Amino acid sequence: MINHTKRFLWLLTSVLILAALIPGSTLAQGSYPTDDDVNAVAKQLYCPVCENIPLDACGTTACEQWRGIIRDKLSEGWTEDQIKDYFVDQYGDRVLAEPPKRGFNLVVYLVPLLVFVGGFILLILAFQRWRTAEPEVRSRKNAKRAAESRKAPDEYISRVEEELNKRSKG
Amino acid sequence: MKKLLLWGGLALLLMVLVVGLIQSQQGQVGQGEMAPDFELKSFSGETYQISDFRGSVIVVNFWASWCESCKPEAADLEAAHQYYQPRGDVLFLGVDYVDTEPEALAYLEEFQVTYPNGPDLRTKISQAFRITGVPETYIIDQDGVIVYVRVGPFRSLEEIKSFIDPLLDL
Repeated sequence: MINHTKRFLWLLTSVLILAALIPGSTLAQGSYPTDDDVNAVAKQLYCPVCENIPLDACGTTACEQWRGIIRDKLSEGWTEDQIKDYFVDQYGDRVLAEPPKRGFNLVVYLVPLLVFVGGFILLILAFQRWRTAEPEVRSRKNAKRAAESRKAPDEYISRVEEELNKRSKG
Repeated sequence: MKKLLLWGGLALLLMVLVVGLIQSQQGQVGQGEMAPDFELKSFSGETYQISDFRGSVIVVNFWASWCESCKPEAADLEAAHQYYQPRGDVLFLGVDYVDTEPEALAYLEEFQVTYPNGPDLRTKISQAFRITGVPETYIIDQDGVIVYVRVGPFRSLEEIKSFIDPLLDL
């Protein structure tokens, strides 16, 4: 009896673990996808006819037809990636909102990164140059002031000296 | 060295931008130019390689089922195909641009189009011709040179014939 209960508990636990591992986002075969399901895929695609308008927001007949295809594929149990691959096979890479990370498309991903890193390095170099240049400038300014004060004594001091000389003579 | 790298990088970036800009500003392949070679797989499964048809006049028509202005010329193109078919030296090819197959087949059925038609897979053919929209028609002579580009629909069978007849020994 105890063995039977143990077996049942093991079976129940295994079933629950398996159920938890099945991805929740996959539509059940035959279930009809909602507009939200369709638009979740559509917003990742652009129709070449109406450039710069994502498929979920485009009102042309061509885009309506495309959304119809997405709906059909989802109801057949296709995943998002399978649907996107289908559109790429039919209409090319340019239908994707995010270009695939291969070939010449890598420029799109690498250039901003390179510009950012290059800019950061330039900033560091510039800061370093300013930091080393600043004390030099300061000491140069102080030396100049001292030389000036030696060359041209204060008018007040010279008048005091003049007065003292007069008094000592008198 | 650092400066050289910086300027080199900037020049490369600028070059990529300029090439992209020039490509995007190019119009469609024009009259007097060699027609781009392409392969079209028709909806019924046959493959047509355009370079295999040197010696024939080829009429390449870009269309789509969602294109309202394609509809008026569909029957005229079919009539022209029927008119020249007995000669065997004029080939009509329909390239279905950014379309969905069920709607495309329904369109061909509706206008009783019998000449070969196929999808522009990955939009390779339309990109090679750099089309600006649909409908667009290219008439290619026996040497593979484009002799006429029509942007927009033909108005009648007679109009289509007026561009093809001068190329044939009648």
